Parts: sequence; structure tokens; C-alpha cells
Amino acid sequence: MEHKHPRSDAAAPVSYDLFLRRKWTALAALLAVLIALVLFSLTTGSSGITLRQVLETVLGRGTAQTEAIVFRVRLPRVATAVVVGAALALSGCAMQNVLHNPLASASTLGVSQGAAFGAALAIIALDAGVQNVANAGTAITISSPGTVTVCAFAGGLATTVFVLALSRLRGVSPATMILAGVALSSMFTGATTLLQYFADDVQVATVVYWTFGDLGRPGWREIAMIGLTSLAALLFFLWNRWNYNALESGAATAKSLGVNVELLTYASMAACTLIAAMSVAFVGVISFVGLVAPHMIRRFTGNDYRFLIPGSALGGSILLLLGDLVSKSILSPIVLPIGAITSFLGAPLFLWMLFKGRERL
Amino acid sequence: MMTVEHLNFSYPCGRQILKDISFSAESGAFLAILGNNGAGKSTLLKCFDHILRPQSGSVLVDGTDLLTLSLSELAKQVAFVAQGASGARLTVYDMLLLGRKPYIKWGISQRDRGIADDTLRQMGLDHLAMRYLDQLSGGEQQKVLLARALVQEPKVLLLDEPTSNLDLRNQYEVLGLVRHVCRERGITAVVVIHDLNLALRFCDRFLFLHGGTVFAAGDAAVVNPENIRTVYGMDAAVEHIDGKQVVIPLP
Repeated sequence: MEHKHPRSDAAAPVSYDLFLRRKWTALAALLAVLIALVLFSLTTGSSGITLRQVLETVLGRGTAQTEAIVFRVRLPRVATAVVVGAALALSGCAMQNVLHNPLASASTLGVSQGAAFGAALAIIALDAGVQNVANAGTAITISSPGTVTVCAFAGGLATTVFVLALSRLRGVSPATMILAGVALSSMFTGATTLLQYFADDVQVATVVYWTFGDLGRPGWREIAMIGLTSLAALLFFLWNRWNYNALESGAATAKSLGVNVELLTYASMAACTLIAAMSVAFVGVISFVGLVAPHMIRRFTGNDYRFLIPGSALGGSILLLLGDLVSKSILSPIVLPIGAITSFLGAPLFLWMLFKGRERL
Repeated sequence: MMTVEHLNFSYPCGRQILKDISFSAESGAFLAILGNNGAGKSTLLKCFDHILRPQSGSVLVDGTDLLTLSLSELAKQVAFVAQGASGARLTVYDMLLLGRKPYIKWGISQRDRGIADDTLRQMGLDHLAMRYLDQLSGGEQQKVLLARALVQEPKVLLLDEPTSNLDLRNQYEVLGLVRHVCRERGITAVVVIHDLNLALRFCDRFLFLHGGTVFAAGDAAVVNPENIRTVYGMDAAVEHIDGKQVVIPLP
């Protein structure tokens, strides 16, 4: 079977190598932007530490004061934005593929709101609640992140199962799916409100805090949980990158290329739900990042998931870091809730993309 | 050699679409599946490729029953080109490499690239390699999809109405090209096709499906006025012009 394939007059492959190099360069540029934004974010804050001091502290040569600020305030916040932004964008990217729906994402399908309800249930009804009651408001932390995550995942999964059942019906348009998502979102948001009505003050403070979305809350333990799970999901998605490319041509074609379409769909949706639910459990509902980031990257990469998957992760981190910068700087030193900021900035951005590139959505 | 024996398929709701289908085709044959709308032609193709699972029967290719193979093993034996255009926003070259999907472990090998290069040249698509698929004309897109299927190095190529979106010239060009490559590589092609004259021009075996069963099968002689009347419910004359058999519908 081994025959020789002469590569001498290969006009296409040479330009293909160039083409690939250009895509890698684009990804490298995104990474550079992300790193620059991370460094810039580390220097912004009320205490006025310079970049030099930040770097010295990171390298272990800082004072006790700069160490406290960098390691306990700024670095966790930046790390949260990076991992949560990547998680949301990755889940949007994979959902848009397996559901054949360019409008799919954790927040538009109601998965985030389902997860938020699950997390609220854990905090209020299951007492996975609150530590540091004494100084509530500044140091509200979730005492058992495991329970909250499991409940958030269960809430998100309920929505996912419903969406998947809907997608198996014939003739369900992408728009119908999103409308169903809107209905589910409002149902879960209503249920979360009801829970708050019966909760005590501290619990309400916790729940309200996080329905706004707050990047400053997760500690290193939570960041590591989101980060490692997202990394595992990223590897899973990358492993399947050719399968996603095949699925872009339709389920029948994908099957004929040897893709187990059902398994891919279910496994991908489960992974998407898990990373989105985790983000919601520790940070709150953040809309639009998961929807918009993959579309922004598609402009550079087309629907080639070899580049779209890592690109989306980088794009999501960049968008959320930018959102965080805006939320910190508009009314500085007041930090506005990130969930509101991403909705404010994300919605017009999404509308613009919707009308500008309609044929591609 | 492809041998289909006693194939039955019904949808979960119970409606039986295919009843006891049996036929065979030699390696390198170009087999036309003919019949009216709803006769089960596309269903039959999908049964050969695990897109639908037949309840009973076997599909033997060189002695191996396709129905027992895993999806990825099957994809090395059988390639399928679905009806209509693909909306994928990929470059032509990436679309061809996608045909290597059943063989790709993690990355693309030099061998994968070599096969894609060869097929690109053979199908006359060199100059389009770096274009996005959705920027191409219908005829060019169809050629790319056929090329992707050939890159799979299949023994059997399944085509579901490969010419339905093409103009006259492209119909003849695309089918001629595919037949040439299939003969050269010894690939058996099974083609669902509506245009009887196009079928007569390019295919060497013909199979009429009627009501989910094989009504008639054989060489060009089975395309005769009697069979056409029963299968399509329409009168037609079959003539020879310049030595080429043609069907003239007489409604």
C-alpha cells in the first residue's frame, strides 16, 4: 500500500504551509495580546502599584504589602478572568458546532441560568453557604465548593438535556432552540428569585453578589478547579478537532467519515455544561462572552476547529479581561459588576456582528 | 466485488422502506440506482454506510460484511457524498484533508498530504486549493466534495444525486471525471440518479427500485420502455442515436 507521492511540483502544499503559518501567527498574536492585558490588569487598581513592583513581587522580591495585594487581590482576579473567559468561550464554541446553531452558548440556551439556580439551591437550601460571616460583603466565600459545583452542574445539565431532546426533534430551527433557552432562563431566574425570598440576609448577600457576576470572589482553590477542568475540556475538544470539522458538513457526512456523531454530541455537551456550570458556580452568570468570542475568532480562522478551539479560549480570556478593566475604570474606585458590564458591551457587539455578517452566522 | 444480500430496513415507527434487497456489482463498476421519489434510493445508500442501520441482511465488499465494521473502519472502505452543498467554511485543501479523517490519529502525515495533492491534481482543482469552499460555484463545490470522498481511498463510493445542482456541462464533466478516477483506482461507484440519460451515458449497471424492492437489475438493456412504464408510470421510447442509448419520455 505504500506508494510514493512526489512533492516536487506541489504548488498547493507550499501555499498551504504558508496558510497554516499565518493561522499560527494569528494565534500567537492573540496570546501576546492576552499577556499584555494580563500585565496591564495587574497594574491597575486602587493601591497604585507599578508594573515593576508587580513583577518583582511575582519573582519573590516584593514587600509584605505588595505581596498581599498581588497574590491575594490582583493575581486571583486576573487569573479568574482568564480561566472563566476561556471556559465560557470554549463551551460556546463546541455548542455552536454540535448543535448546528450559531446562536448557541451557555447563557443563550439557559444552561448558565440553570447552573445559577443549582448553585443558589446549594447555598440556601443545602447550606453549602457562607464563611466569614463577620465581614460579609468583603470576604464572602463558598464554604463547600464541591457541593455548589455539583448542584450547579445538575442545574445546567437539566437545561442541556432539554436542549438535546429538542435538537433531536425534526424541524426545530436554531431560532426555536434559542427561544426555548430564553423560556428556560426566565424560569430558572424566577426560581432563583423565589429561593432568595426565603433565604436569610447573609445567604441573600451571597446569592445576589453572584447573580451580578464577580471576578473577585474565587480563591486559588476555586481558580484551580475551573482552570484544571477547562484544561481537560480544552484537550478533549482539541482531540476531536477533526470530528468537529467533519460535523460542519452535516451529520450524515460526518458519520461517513467515521465520526460517532451521537457520542461526540453528548460528550461535548456534557463537557460544555460542566465548564460553564463551574464558572457560574464561582463567578456568577456572565453573558455574551461565550457567544461572541467564537464568532470573533471565526473571522480569522473560518470554521477550522484546529484553530477555532484554541483561538476561542484566548478570545474569551481577552474579552473578559477587557470587561474587567472597563468595570474597574468607569467609576473608579468603584468596581461595577462584571455580569452587567459584559451584557452592556456584549449585546451591541453581538448585534453588530449579527447584522454585519448575517450570511456567516 | 460488492454483494448485497437480503437487506431489510424499516424506520422505528415501523414503516418498511427496503424489502429483501439483493444485487451484486463488480469492482470498478458504475452502478445507477434508479426509481421514483420515495422508492428508497437514498435510504439504500445510507444503509451501506451506517448512517442508517438495516434490520437484517449483509453488504459484502471483497468478502467483508460492511455492517459488522466499526464506523472508523467502515470509513476506510466506503465514502459517501451527500445530496446538496456543504455549508462548511473551510478551504478546499482542508476539505480534502478531512477525507483523511478515518486515518488521522493526531496530526496530518506526509502521506495524507500526498494523497490530497494527487487527488487535487486529478480532479483539476489545483488552482482552487486555498479558496474557501463557500466562495466556489456549485460545480466546483461538487468536485471538491467528490475529491474529499476519493481522498478517503474507499473501495466503494456512494453518490446521492451528484449532479442535481449542476448545469449541463458540469453534469457531464463531473460524472466523466469521477468515472475516470473510479476505473483507474478500481472503486465501485453506487450512484442515485434521476436523469436516465445521464445514467445511460456514464453507468454500466442499472438497478430499478420500486416500492422498496429490486424491480429490475442488469446492464443497459433493463432501461427499456416496459420497465420505465412500471417504475415511473410513464410511457417512453428508448432509441439509439450515434450509437448512444437515449430515453425519450412520451407523456
